[in-house]
Amino acid sequence: MYAPNFAAPQSIDDAVRMLGADGAKPLSGGTDLIVQMRSGRNRPDHIVDLKRVPGLIGIKAEGAGFRVGAATPGAALGEDKALVAAYPGIVEGAELIGSTQVQGRASLAGNLCNASPAADSVPAMAACGVMAVVVGPNGEREVAVQDIPDSPGKTSLAKGEFVKEFVLPALPAKSGDAYLRFIPRTEMDIAVVGAGVQIVLADDGTVAKASVWLGAVAPTIIEVDASCLVGTKLDDAAMAKLDAAAQAVCNPIDDKRGTIEYRTKVAGVMARRTAELAFKRAGAR
Amino acid sequence: MAKIHVTTKINGEDAEFLCEPQQTMLDVLRDELSLTGSKEGCGSGDCGACSIIVDGRLVCSCLMFGAEASGTEITTIEGIANGDTLHPLQQKFLEHAALQCGFCTPGVLVASKALLDANPSPTEEQARYWLAGNLCRCTGYDKIIEAVMDAAAEMRGE
Repeated sequence: MYAPNFAAPQSIDDAVRMLGADGAKPLSGGTDLIVQMRSGRNRPDHIVDLKRVPGLIGIKAEGAGFRVGAATPGAALGEDKALVAAYPGIVEGAELIGSTQVQGRASLAGNLCNASPAADSVPAMAACGVMAVVVGPNGEREVAVQDIPDSPGKTSLAKGEFVKEFVLPALPAKSGDAYLRFIPRTEMDIAVVGAGVQIVLADDGTVAKASVWLGAVAPTIIEVDASCLVGTKLDDAAMAKLDAAAQAVCNPIDDKRGTIEYRTKVAGVMARRTAELAFKRAGAR
Repeated sequence: MAKIHVTTKINGEDAEFLCEPQQTMLDVLRDELSLTGSKEGCGSGDCGACSIIVDGRLVCSCLMFGAEASGTEITTIEGIANGDTLHPLQQKFLEHAALQCGFCTPGVLVASKALLDANPSPTEEQARYWLAGNLCRCTGYDKIIEAVMDAAAEMRGE
């Protein structure tokens, strides 16, 4: 009979050591892992619950940015008024993951390291330049969130490594982020296309910098060349170029949620809509 | 691996149990503690029939290991009523006929209690979104929402 070990280390060092064992898997909220264990897709020999490691749960303001513990549940992100005000796009991405019940457990690190191309919290984090602090047998390193997922279900993390926390950088003045996803219903579904955008404005109100990332249209999230927006106020010509650029980078699959053709077209629409929302938020600051 | 010894607090009372590492909290509640009010619908976090409150957060007990309960405070459907006196939500569910087969009802009640604990004055839209993770195949949801809104009003003294 399948019988894994379970441990809940209380220090980073213990967690690293335990995750160095063959067949060890980190547990945060468990909303993916437990389902995968039940279906037989994932059968870890050692379950290492990281939630009792100091710092793994919690949100700290740091300068003009934030540090968010890797296993902090999504619901806690939405309850942090300062975080919501600063990074509404990252929070709205995280809050689209599952139901209220799932929100009580599901974490940013779990969403990232489950490495689904449709992970809702990842595109906005990438657009905002969020770094994952990874700890492991060789110490600590900071990795851009988009460099963690390698392919569906696979990450670039080495044996024994795990994400400890996320660094949300100091917010640029006149900037705004947003995440929108398209699903065939109003709630509780997996993205057909997701788009995360951060826009930084120049003093004259035109776009100084735009970062646009798409989810669910390639094996990992992908960046859209948004240089066409720079120097504009998102006029029709710039938006048409963004739409085309978004469609050009898509490499989606056909599945029950959408065909390749449909996903590609919707990617252009979602890139535009999300850019508009981020632009509006930046202008309101 | 040997069974794990867990001490916790369930519905205000100290509780302890032994569990296998892979046993979910739902398995523990039903099979070890005979608290069978929480139901297993899907076992994958989609239906909400196993909803419980852990340290103030609404979760699916099928998506939590029993071993994780160590040191936590848990509320299950068995802890909603005050002795023989029904919780206002339970009373309003009866009055509004907000249940038919009853399988989803414990989860819906626990989720609704968590909603009203966090927000005593939800709008209907907020209540519907909050309860989106509780599937009901009988009622069509309207009566559930009516009962929740009515219970909220009564609890506010209106």
